[in-house]
Order: sequence, then structure tokens, then C-alpha cells
Amino acid sequence: MALLQISEPGQAPDPHQRRIAVGIDLGTTHSLVAAVRHGIAECLPDDQGRAILPSAVRYLDDGGRQIGQQALDSQGDDAENTVVSAKRFMGRTLADVAGHERLPYKFVDQPGMVGIRTRDGVKTAVEVSAEILATLRFRAEDTFDDDVFGAVITVPAYFDDAQRQATKDAAQLAGLNVLRLINEPTAAAIAYGLDEGVEGLYAVYDLGGGTFDISLLRLARGVFEVVATGGDSALGGDDYDQRLASALLQRAGLKSLEQLTPRERRRVQTEARRAKEALSDADEVSVSLEVNGEAHELDVDRAEFEAVAADLTATTLRLLKRVLRDAKVAAQDVQGVVMVGGSTRMPGVRHAIATLFGKPPLTNLNPDEVVALGAAIQANALAGNAVAGDLLLLDVTPLSLGLETMGGLVERVIERNSTIPTAKAQDFTTFKDGQTAMAVHVVQGERELVSECRSLARFELRGIPPMVAGAARIRVTFQVDADGLLSVSAKELGSGVEAAIVVKPSYGLTDEQVAGMLKDGFATAESDMVARSLREAQVDAERMILATESALAADGDLLGAGERSAIDALVVRLRATAQDAGEPRAIESAVEALAEGTEGFAAARMNRGIRDALAGRNVNEI
Amino acid sequence: MTLDIRPTPLEGASTAPRNAEAPLSLQATDFALFGLPERFALDAAQLDAKWKTLQGAAHPDRFATETAAAQRVAMQWAIRINEAYRRLKDPLARAAYLCTLHGADIEAESNTAMPTAFLMQQMEWRDALSEAGTLEAVDALSGEVVASRNATLKSLRGQIDDAASVDWRAVAGTVRGLMFVDRFMSDIDRRIDALSLQ
Repeated sequence: MALLQISEPGQAPDPHQRRIAVGIDLGTTHSLVAAVRHGIAECLPDDQGRAILPSAVRYLDDGGRQIGQQALDSQGDDAENTVVSAKRFMGRTLADVAGHERLPYKFVDQPGMVGIRTRDGVKTAVEVSAEILATLRFRAEDTFDDDVFGAVITVPAYFDDAQRQATKDAAQLAGLNVLRLINEPTAAAIAYGLDEGVEGLYAVYDLGGGTFDISLLRLARGVFEVVATGGDSALGGDDYDQRLASALLQRAGLKSLEQLTPRERRRVQTEARRAKEALSDADEVSVSLEVNGEAHELDVDRAEFEAVAADLTATTLRLLKRVLRDAKVAAQDVQGVVMVGGSTRMPGVRHAIATLFGKPPLTNLNPDEVVALGAAIQANALAGNAVAGDLLLLDVTPLSLGLETMGGLVERVIERNSTIPTAKAQDFTTFKDGQTAMAVHVVQGERELVSECRSLARFELRGIPPMVAGAARIRVTFQVDADGLLSVSAKELGSGVEAAIVVKPSYGLTDEQVAGMLKDGFATAESDMVARSLREAQVDAERMILATESALAADGDLLGAGERSAIDALVVRLRATAQDAGEPRAIESAVEALAEGTEGFAAARMNRGIRDALAGRNVNEI
Repeated sequence: MTLDIRPTPLEGASTAPRNAEAPLSLQATDFALFGLPERFALDAAQLDAKWKTLQGAAHPDRFATETAAAQRVAMQWAIRINEAYRRLKDPLARAAYLCTLHGADIEAESNTAMPTAFLMQQMEWRDALSEAGTLEAVDALSGEVVASRNATLKSLRGQIDDAASVDWRAVAGTVRGLMFVDRFMSDIDRRIDALSLQ
């Protein structure tokens, strides 16, 4: 007997066509993976039931790795080979990393991105993050017993182009198909369903273990605009632990935190953290401090804890008010405040926010999970699992992009807060007679002087025909894609001669570099590199065939008989190649051939889609 | 990939679809792309609604599961739609674009010839700004400039939409004047910032 299929509301009807799409919060202290299951976003736990993966990777003697809690547990014994908080080094040079002298690593100051010398060689934040992302990818694949179709990965709103590019490189290295990079505060807002709610201003208060971020979002007509951001990259829950630990040691008449042995200090801090967490629910807890092999028992109440940490909370409020001032808005103008990060569980913090804004903050979702949950909802929509047309996120560029001009000044090409994707061209000219080359220096930032902005890339346009000064017309084109990633090209148009170059920012890895890193061994991935890349090429081919077939089913009538049979032939060839070829290269070129062969079809389909959309709107308007 | 993101050339205007049957292309005028009449007056709510509709059909997020070719096409269209939206939304950019469509380039860089009365007014304002020592005085000047700007924008509507035959060179002159005024407005804003920090 045939059974009728009943699909869940808001889901694609055929469960076999559901694609596994995950949201990943790649955090400074910890990371999470979430997915929409049975219509609800939830974080995926590991086999021991833990959703949170500490962002820590330890490189071992035998070329192996420990990732997560295990790495964190051994950090004390093997600090220089255990990389924590790698996010702080993403797309950064050594000079960019404040306070690197105090960190236990052997830093390698290399161009592009700082490296850390471990017993397994020099590692960048991209490689460390790739280990964490791969661990989460495997967790998702184990959960669903299926390949992950794609992932939405979150980044801080203030991340510049280099940091976003580095994040995407890490995902590629981990074998993840990045559906989109989205801003963390935007993800938190999506988790709370604010994109479906009232238009207006929203604040996202994100107090994590070691960082504090505040973002002001404006939601208008389906666009989430990051209005202003602020924060302190060295303020978080750890500081609250330290305050409480110091106060307790003092009250017990013991040595100060600095005088303790590293082992004692770790234990006291862990105990202080436990007490802090317990005080979110209880009014009073007892603690036991172990110093000089002796246990000292004492009680602490919430009022005492809040008193010793009051200035930390006050600092976050000061930074928050500065962001409001930057945006020229008052606290009353803010429609709602979203709380993110485990430290926002502290009643003292919640109370301070409620007092400032005159309304209680949004706290009903788990603050550790809220960013990953929002990313999962977006991933589910992008993968086509949600009902079409209900969520469209139109993001904006966080910082202005420009070029260096004469005198070290910045000529802005794309203004901050432009809706992406976007592209803009600007024409420049030569300033010397007979000039045949021009240096193009791409910068990001809001300042007038190049020296005060971040340098993203430099390249030269050569082969300009000699002309008098000012006669050449060099068109520089900036393009920012939907992930906020930039590419720049330059072209000489003044004469018939044209030269063009497309650059990636200097922090971005070339495909060869990524391939090299993959080859260099990547413990969590399959050991056999060829098998792995063959499998990935096959998955990609499958994806491509499915997409082409569904496009043909929907809009095949747009094609003439000849065009149709040409595309059919390419699909047949790709399917055969994917099955028979023993190496990825052949599959990749068959994929490319199909992509090229369907270019015209894609354009025709888009035309129909746009026309239908406008026509639908017209009907509604009548 | 090369993207055609130049301001739509005049040829584009003459070949652009004037009716719904012709295929839409990336070279269509901003107005044709948004299905809006080619004139200066514009309903902001309708423009926003059309923008959302178009992005709903073209945004790369809608093609995340599709072929690379479809994603490339989606990005080109989403960029083109955002470009047109930005230009249509801003009255000054919209007026300048209409001039370009009708063969009267603004030539903002090269053509700085302005009527004497306009230049006199500018000098008066600049003097007033350099003499204004208090926030109140700058605010008053700012109000005056904004009122004058709004009046000029309103007159553009008469010059373009209500005229039996449009003198596009005259319109381009008005647009150039407004560009001067906008530059002056940003000087005023900087002065207000400086004074409020004191």
C-alpha cells in the first residue's frame, strides 16, 4: 500500500531532497554548529552531549591533533603547541595583534598573516580554524549520516575584508561549501525572528568569555544595516572570574592571584567561574579555595560579586553609549536589545541593560547558542529547504573601500553601508608624460589618509601605451560579492589597448596555497588526499547535475531544440566522467564545461524570473 | 569576470524596452529595470517595493543551490539592481541620470560655469559660514540652505515633468548648482561637528 507523504510546514516536500545545511559560529573562545531539524534550529552536540567546542587545537608529537576540550585541558602543560583564540590572528600580521608579547607562542612574522611555530610546523589562524571547522563538519555529518551540503559561517560585524577572506579560506580548507558569511549580530537577530518583526533599531550586546562586542542594527524593508559597532577585544567573562577570585583570596587573607603558582591560580579561577555561574541562579554559594595544599571554605553572595565586578559592567555600558552616540541615537530609540554570549546570563548585566534602555533585554534563547541558531536558519533558507521567498537578507559593507591617490590620500570608491553585492568603477589617469605603468593600492577604512586605513592589496597595471600626462583613461572596478568579499580590476581604456588584472586581497590564499595546505596534512580529514578530493569533485558534480536538471524541468521551454540537446550532452558527459574518472581534474573540467554551456540558459532564466517578479507585483498593485 | 557597470549609455536608452514584452537586459535603463515611468517625480514607497521584489528574484541568496553560471548571472543582476536603486533613490542622482539619458551630460568636473546670481549667493553663504561662531548661527544658516535646496529640487520637477518640451541643458545647469550646494552642506555639517565637540 502506498503511503501518503505529509511534509512538515515550511519544509521542502520531498525529504530525500532536503539538503543538510548548517550554521557555524566560529568563536574566539568556543564554536558551535547548528542545523534546522523538524522545522526548529538546534545546536548539534558531540557524542558526549556537549554542544560547545572550545576553539583550541593542540599539535601533538606524532603529527596528530587534539581539538576542543581535550586540547584545552592540556593547555597548561603544552602552551606553545596549543593554539587558543586563533580568531584574534585571522587575517592579521604580527604588528596587528595587540599584546602578542604576553602570549606563550613562538610567533613567525610573515607577510600576509602571522604564523605560530608549533612542533608540527608553522600554523596560521586559517589552518587552526580549519581544524575546528572540520571537527564541526564531521559532527554534523555523523548526526545526519549524510554529507553537509553547505554552511553559513558567522563573522563579527567589524571584520574587514582580510579577516572575512581568511575565514572563507579556513572553511574551504575544512572541505565546507560556504553558502554565505554573515555578521554575528545579524545572525542573533535572525534567531530571534527580528527580520519578521517590527522595523526599527536593535542593539546586540555580545559579552563572551574574552571579548565584548556591541552592534547597532537597523532593520528597514528587509535590509539589516549595521549602523555602528564598538566594543573591547580584551573584556569578557574571564575578567569577571578574575575579579571574584581576587576578592575571595583577599577576604580569606590569602596570597594575591599573582602570587599563586600557575596550578593554584588555574584552580582558584575555575572555582571562581563556577561560583559566578551558580550566582546567576542562587543568591549565595560556598566556594573552596585550595592554596598551599590547604582548602579554605567561604561563602559569597550575589551582592558581593556584583560589587566587585560593577566597574566591568559599567565599562560595557560606557562603550554601548559611545556606539549610540556614534549613530546619533538615544537609548529610547532602540526597539529591542538582543543578548549574546554566556556572560549575559549574569543578572547584574541584564539589570544594567534593562535600566539603560527602559525595557528588559531579549534573553529567552540560550545566549551561547543564539548566533549559531541564526546562522542555521539562514543556511536552511539558502539551501532551499525553507519555503521560498520568506527570508532575504540584504547586508551592507561594514567599511568603505578606496584607492590611494596622490599625496597618500584615499579616494573612496565604495562607501560603507552600501548594500551588497555591489560594484563601482572609477576612472583615473596618468600624471607623468609617457607613463606606462600605474600602481593600484587598495585600502579599507573611513579615514582620509592612506596611512590610517588598512592596506588590502597592491598591484600594478602595466603596458599602458605612452601618452601625455592625463590622456590615459584607467578604469578601476571594485566589486563586493554577497559575502562582503572584494575583488578589484583595472583596465586602460584611453587607447585601443586594454590590460586587466583581478586581485584578491593580500591576505587571501591562492587556490594553489590552499591545495598546498591540504597536501601538508590535515589530521582530521581523510588520510588519503586523492580519495578526498575525488569525493569532493564527485559531490560537486552531483550538485551541478541536480541543479541543472531542476533548472531544465522548470524553464526548459526557454531553450531551442539544439540548445537543449547541447546541455543534455554536457550533463551526460559529466555524469559519465564523475562515475568513471579516477582523478578529480577530469571531473572538474567537465563541471566547468557544463557551467560554460549553461551560461546563456542562466541569463534567460534570470530574465524570466525578474519579469515574473515585476509582473506579480504589478498584479498586486492593481 | 567583467561586469558592465558603467552608467547606462544613451544608446541603451533608445534601445531600452518601453513595453513589458521586450527582454530585460543589464543594459536597460534604471527606469525600465524598475518598471517605473521615466520622469523625475517618484514614489519612494513604490521604488522600495520594486527593489525588494527585484532582489527577491535576482539576489545570489536565491541561487545558493544552483550552478556556478546561475550564481554569476545572479550577482551581475543584483549589482545592477542595487546600482539603479541607489541612483533612483537620490533625487539629485536621478535628475543627473535623466540628463545623461537625454544627451545633456552634467560634466561636473569640467563645466564650472554658473550664473552670476548663483555664484553671488554661494559667496554670501560661504561668508556667513565663516562668520558664524555659534551652533545656533550655523543651524540657522543650515536651515536657509536646506530650504533653498528643497525649493530648487521642486523646481526641477517643473522643469522636467511638467514642461511641454524639456530644456535638458538648463536642467543639467540646475543639477550642477545643486551639486555645489551639497558640497557646501557637507562643509556646514563639518562645522556643526566641530562646534558641538567644543
